[in-house]
Amino acid sequence: MTACQPFVRILILLAILTSVAWPGAADPLLRGTGDLGVIIERASGRIQIVETSQATKLTEVTGLGDLSHASVAFSRDGRFAYVFGRDGGLSKIDLLAGRLERRVVQAGNAIGGAISQDGRLIAVSNYEPGGVKVFDAISLELIADIPAMTDGVPSKVVGLVDIPDQGFAFALYDAGEIWLADVSDRSQPRVRRFAGIGRQPYDGFIVEQGRYYIAGLFGEDGLALLDLWRPDGGVKRILDGYGRGEEPLPVYKMPHLEGVAVAAGLVFLPAVGRHEVLVVDSRSWQEVGRIATAGQPVFAIARPDGRQVWVNFAHPDNATVQVIDVASLAVVHSFSPGKAVMHLEFTPKGEEVWISARDDDRVRVYATRTLRLLKELAAEKPSGIFFAARAHRIGY
Amino acid sequence: MWRAAIVQVITAGILAALSEPAVAASEPSGARQAQLLELLKHDCGSCHGLTMRGGLGPPLLPQALATIDDAVLIETILDGRPGTPMPPWRFQLDPADAAWLVKSLRAGVSP
Repeated sequence: MTACQPFVRILILLAILTSVAWPGAADPLLRGTGDLGVIIERASGRIQIVETSQATKLTEVTGLGDLSHASVAFSRDGRFAYVFGRDGGLSKIDLLAGRLERRVVQAGNAIGGAISQDGRLIAVSNYEPGGVKVFDAISLELIADIPAMTDGVPSKVVGLVDIPDQGFAFALYDAGEIWLADVSDRSQPRVRRFAGIGRQPYDGFIVEQGRYYIAGLFGEDGLALLDLWRPDGGVKRILDGYGRGEEPLPVYKMPHLEGVAVAAGLVFLPAVGRHEVLVVDSRSWQEVGRIATAGQPVFAIARPDGRQVWVNFAHPDNATVQVIDVASLAVVHSFSPGKAVMHLEFTPKGEEVWISARDDDRVRVYATRTLRLLKELAAEKPSGIFFAARAHRIGY
Repeated sequence: MWRAAIVQVITAGILAALSEPAVAASEPSGARQAQLLELLKHDCGSCHGLTMRGGLGPPLLPQALATIDDAVLIETILDGRPGTPMPPWRFQLDPADAAWLVKSLRAGVSP
């Protein structure tokens, strides 16, 4: 007994000392980023840094320029968020320190970006001047410039995604082409062009962890599919003439194809100018069905386990969200999370979904199993919501 | 006293003249203007940029519109431009709304 007394005393002393020296969670560096995320406040040039475990706002970062249509990529260590602004601004945010680390304005007018397979390069796609610029992920120093010129004419670039083997894929809106850029030699990108893919590709996305790149077409009924395992086979058309000759409805907001739902071997695609989600078999690329929806779909995003697909809609039906049950291919739930629903993002394993309601100045958090509203967060004109779990997904 | 009153009357006259252009009778109400401004920034802005500097759609800054007639712009808003993603807005906007939007764009919409 007496022998342990000094030891016990030291333990008590240590406990007191550590409680003073480490104020625990108050030190922002002593935490992971796996449950962190970013909410874009589009009209204020500001983002919120949030955490999804308690659904709270941690801090905000300002001075990020025009954030309409802003999107975000994450460094592979999950510490940094790269925010791509409409005004060509590329901002690197330190999520742990809650501050702007670096910012460059790299073009007049940009649309999105992606981070390379190895996490060392950031690519940004631009409308003005059209093309892709590649930056060092640490310093944001310009590494390579890929102007999207065809026959001397510049093209707006859309649908930029990272692809396996250190590449990027993107589509040229004006020229109707898909380009693959191999950036394994970082200062000498090698570009492979696929021409004649169809009129006005407006966005693109990756299916099957990077096997396929698909560009949606605005100027024609259908999508352009490129098998990245067999690029020599060229681009083939899928869902050709899905509108069956009917005049498409006017489109008040373009569908967004990033995060297109792939579940149970099926791809769920927002139809352009129609109140439908199209369902395609990802082996045969044949249409297997179409699901009538409340409006023109903008995002159709699968819950990470693939059991549900959540859909939001273009103006004037943008107060509605519908949930498709993948097992029965039926809409099983329709509700209004608020006015002008812009985006939805699932927590990494999908038990909750965060939904931005721009005109309510709110982000609302729902349980995906019970569809119950769990929490709401105030945000000024929120648009995109991006969680750090994207850091480890291909094609984001 | 008199001088102050005269200045007041003149000032009021100038203000009235400034705030009442020829189309005053058909101008949207103040509440409607606020709605239109929201629509312009957020819905038109989804293609033309929140600050009207362009996106998938062309820029709508005053200098970009300088050589285009009001009538053409109003028609474009109401009926869209076939072959491009520009949709018709006639289901939500009347000609007076469109005319007010054109006037606002020419004046430069603040972000």
